[in-house]
Amino acid sequence: MTTRRNLLYAAPLAAVAVGGAGFYTILRRMQANDYDPHALPSPLIGKRPPPFTLPGTNGQPGFSNTDLLAPPRPMLVNWFASWCGPCAQEAANLDILAQNGLTIWGIAYQDTPAATAAYLSQYGNPYARLAADASGLTAINWGVYGVPETYLIDKTGIVRWRWAGALTDQVLLGTLGPMLHQYA
Amino acid sequence: MIPELGHFALALAVAIAFAQGVIGIFAPGLRDPSAMRAAPALALSHFLAIGAAFLALIYAGVVSDFTVENVADYSSSLVPLIYRITGTWGNHDGSMILWCFILSLCGATVASFGHNLPASLRARVLGVLGLVSGGFLLFTLTVSDPFTRLWPPPLDGAGVNPILQDPGLAFHPPVLYTGYVGFSVAFAFAIAALIEGRIDAAWGRWVRPWALLSWCFLTSGIALGSWWSYYTLGWGGYWFWDPVENAALLPWLSGTALLHCAIVVEKREALKAWTVLLAITTFSFSLSGTFLVRSGILNSVHSFAAAPDQGLFILALLGLTIGGSLLLFAFRAPVLAATGMFSPLSRESALIINNIFLCSIAAVVFTGTLYPPFADLLFGIQLSVGAPFFNQTVLPLTAPLILAMAIGPLLPWKRAALRPALERIWVAALIAVVIFVVMTASTNAITALGLAGGIWVILSAITDLAERTKFLRVPLRDSLTRLTALPRAAFGAALGHAGFGVMVCGIAGMTLAAQKVIILAPGQSTTMAGYTWTLDSLHDAPGPNYAARVADVTISQNGKPFLTLHPSRRVFVNPAGVTTNDAAIHTNGFQDIYVVFAAEQNGGAELRLNRHPLAPEIWFGGLIMALGGALSLSDRRLRIGAPARAKKPERVPA
Repeated sequence: MTTRRNLLYAAPLAAVAVGGAGFYTILRRMQANDYDPHALPSPLIGKRPPPFTLPGTNGQPGFSNTDLLAPPRPMLVNWFASWCGPCAQEAANLDILAQNGLTIWGIAYQDTPAATAAYLSQYGNPYARLAADASGLTAINWGVYGVPETYLIDKTGIVRWRWAGALTDQVLLGTLGPMLHQYA
Repeated sequence: MIPELGHFALALAVAIAFAQGVIGIFAPGLRDPSAMRAAPALALSHFLAIGAAFLALIYAGVVSDFTVENVADYSSSLVPLIYRITGTWGNHDGSMILWCFILSLCGATVASFGHNLPASLRARVLGVLGLVSGGFLLFTLTVSDPFTRLWPPPLDGAGVNPILQDPGLAFHPPVLYTGYVGFSVAFAFAIAALIEGRIDAAWGRWVRPWALLSWCFLTSGIALGSWWSYYTLGWGGYWFWDPVENAALLPWLSGTALLHCAIVVEKREALKAWTVLLAITTFSFSLSGTFLVRSGILNSVHSFAAAPDQGLFILALLGLTIGGSLLLFAFRAPVLAATGMFSPLSRESALIINNIFLCSIAAVVFTGTLYPPFADLLFGIQLSVGAPFFNQTVLPLTAPLILAMAIGPLLPWKRAALRPALERIWVAALIAVVIFVVMTASTNAITALGLAGGIWVILSAITDLAERTKFLRVPLRDSLTRLTALPRAAFGAALGHAGFGVMVCGIAGMTLAAQKVIILAPGQSTTMAGYTWTLDSLHDAPGPNYAARVADVTISQNGKPFLTLHPSRRVFVNPAGVTTNDAAIHTNGFQDIYVVFAAEQNGGAELRLNRHPLAPEIWFGGLIMALGGALSLSDRRLRIGAPARAKKPERVPA
């Protein structure tokens, strides 16, 4: 009885030891450059998106992976959610991109249609087509790390680039611009 | 010259801190009274040394000494004085100095006001604080040195991030850090008690004011941060379940639990090991909150950039502090036996229930925050945990907490019956149910539940005070006499609970927020939420280091204008071209009218119009909670050292 009770007192230590070992591994992998929580390598790059069919939201038709097979020009697929702060941050940049003729399709991640509608009316709607992934299952298949997340799909329907996080001015000018040029 | 002196003072502080640690921890074991007396002196000199370093860094910022790399990278001569000062801690290296300064301030306070503590306990507490401080000072000195020189200096600094040029953010970090770091004292007391192998009611009386003080600061710090993000980021949101926010919420949850169960230690000498564990957990959460964010592991919008080698150093420090204290806990906690008893239905049990719910919420938030990196590490899946997860899991745990926190204070100590408590609270319950029914009809169930819950907590706090003064049962004059005779701690507790209720009401009200985005040309107007919103004009306005474009928006109801707001867009000179939206907010205490000037195109302004019912109550509630804590702190019973004057406990050095 006493031993079992003493083991209980050691339980917090054991939990912390396991957690510490985990953090240590993550940090070592970050040092070795094979893990970066901010710019994760996407398993989708160089491939076509996995099969999916998502319903539309806010009166727009949804889309499926077959719609992404051969876009006329390179396009973006943007994952967002109304509850996501950084999404609101990048909304203005998405609007600018859309106004300049870039096709952006949106997927609302784990969101209700009403919340999505309120969000789009507040921050603008840059999306040519809009689907909803209410369950988040398609996001798992895509390997979406978090919202917002943006995928560049070229004219052959292949994912060329993925950005996890808000599309800031730096990302637009430094990375996305050259990528669009390359795959135009 | 001054930065070199600061650098030297920092190095000196490292040496003094380690001396304080070693002497403080080992002197009581050696039964050396003169060595034990050295600990407070070392703590004070430690504070002076780090204070000098902190002042030197502020000085470099104030005079815009761009030969200091930290100033060149994060400040600018164009920035107003106040932000040249606060910019000092707006970056990783500078904030480390602030953090260590507050830690040394805690140590110096224990040293100065701890005359009533037994000498051995005081030496050990200071020793633990010294060791913790020494580790983090060493980290600052070796891998995050803010005094690094830069040659040749740039003509001007890179500037303060415009988003940080705000009074709310200027004071948010010091207040939040004081909250985080203040728990180090409770932690040090816990470790000292584990070393001594004894905890008694007196220990509880010393720990509780410290826990309460840090809790007040943490509450205000979180509220300030939330308020700041509400009015500067222009999203109209107040809580995003971002890892950094969760990192501040976790020590708040466990600290709140600590605060409540320290009462049980004080009253009943029970729950000792649990209280010690909570003290360790709270400080561990504080440390992880401050530092895990910087290691870059957690994917967050507002993390400081830090290199992975800094991350490993931090992890090693965290491992030593947290692992070491839990190792000590594993060996020594079985010694701390409970002496007091209480029945399963009593105030003590109610406090345990409070602990269970608070810790469950903490566990859920903890899991949600750390699951993404660990899921990736273990299973290679990349996923995100966002607001939907937290809302769905925290809400069901908060509802019973709200139910219980109203009844708990009405239960007597040691042995209670539920019936008398329920008889006293039926009025509050009735009003809450009526509110729920009425609000469900006009809004939705979640909002109604939130409002009813908030009102229920506020009313029960009032009921508690009314009961204590026997209101309406004895003549009014007697009630008044009783009211003035009540200990301030009783008011503090009632106020703290009521503040939480007010905050819950605010959060519930915010679910009814109305918003509209529209492009208006000057002279045009639109209607939303029963108001007519008119854009009168657009004009330029100069600022100290930015040029502003201001929109004048008049809001009228039934044709009568009652309010003109001036939201603006600021284009900063330094850093060049960065634009911020300065939201214009008008509050009447029960609702915010919130207008953002988001963009200007083709002569028209893109405006985001918002009406936020009860939004001010969120921060108002936080403020009331912190005030309740402060009031309780001013109670003579709780004031530092006060109880020991009445009764000096006999203690022998272990």
